[in-house]
Amino acid sequence: MNKSSFVYVIYIRTTPEKLWDALLKPEFTRQYWFGVTQESRWTPGAAWKMVLPDGTTADTGEILEIEKPKHIVIRWRNEFRPELQAEGFSVCRIELEPAEGGTVRLSIRHESDMPGSKLIEAVSGGWPKVLSSLKSLLESGTPLGEIGAHGKAK
Amino acid sequence: MVRVTHGPVDMQVFTCLLFFMQDMDKVFKALADPSRRRLLDLLYATNGQTLGELCEHLDMTRQAVTQHLTVLEAANLVAVVWRGREKRHFLNPVPLQEIYDRWIEKFERGRLSALRELKRNLEGWDDDEQE
Repeated sequence: MNKSSFVYVIYIRTTPEKLWDALLKPEFTRQYWFGVTQESRWTPGAAWKMVLPDGTTADTGEILEIEKPKHIVIRWRNEFRPELQAEGFSVCRIELEPAEGGTVRLSIRHESDMPGSKLIEAVSGGWPKVLSSLKSLLESGTPLGEIGAHGKAK
Repeated sequence: MVRVTHGPVDMQVFTCLLFFMQDMDKVFKALADPSRRRLLDLLYATNGQTLGELCEHLDMTRQAVTQHLTVLEAANLVAVVWRGREKRHFLNPVPLQEIYDRWIEKFERGRLSALRELKRNLEGWDDDEQE
């Protein structure tokens, strides 16, 4: 099995419902995901896309599975870097499970059938930063970028 | 600066910090052992290895490797994915990112603003021009 895959896990002190909204709704993602928003009807088979703050479409795909507030599976292809677009589709599986101590275990598994996938390598740099900022937003009300922008943590 | 106010927001920040410290203790303890750091390096080189594959590169008993993996899992530095009957181990860099955000980026930011301050003093800006 020569798939390229990465797995990210983070425990966040919140409820699955709040985390679900934070993952999907533009008013939340804009705050912790470098200004990124997603567009989709969020039903199985619906088109999905990720849009950068300047309006560029970064990635496109399709919702393969969705069950609120438990899991989403997205067929995902990069659109703005030709070498990544040429790799075709990867699959991103997002799972939310209630865990100990009033936390939710959020796991993200991003896989491509292509060994040594550059797309998987590219997203692997981004996910930890995004998740760390998401955790900060949900637990303390301040995303990391905002702390940086104000020059000091409150 | 220490703010002595009592409100729901301050309590939320305090509780959040407390939990963060407990999580971080686990991460730093897990990283304090050279064999466990070696395991993370092995997973960085080839992600998603089984226990058997990891043991091939290590001069340790299978039982010792299992124990180290348990500590890494508890610290959330390793995530396990079952593929059929195979248990595969993935390096989870998220807690390392949190260390970066908390212990590295913050200090780097201070150094950068100190340099900015120095530049401002040397070049004689006033506060109005600054913003």
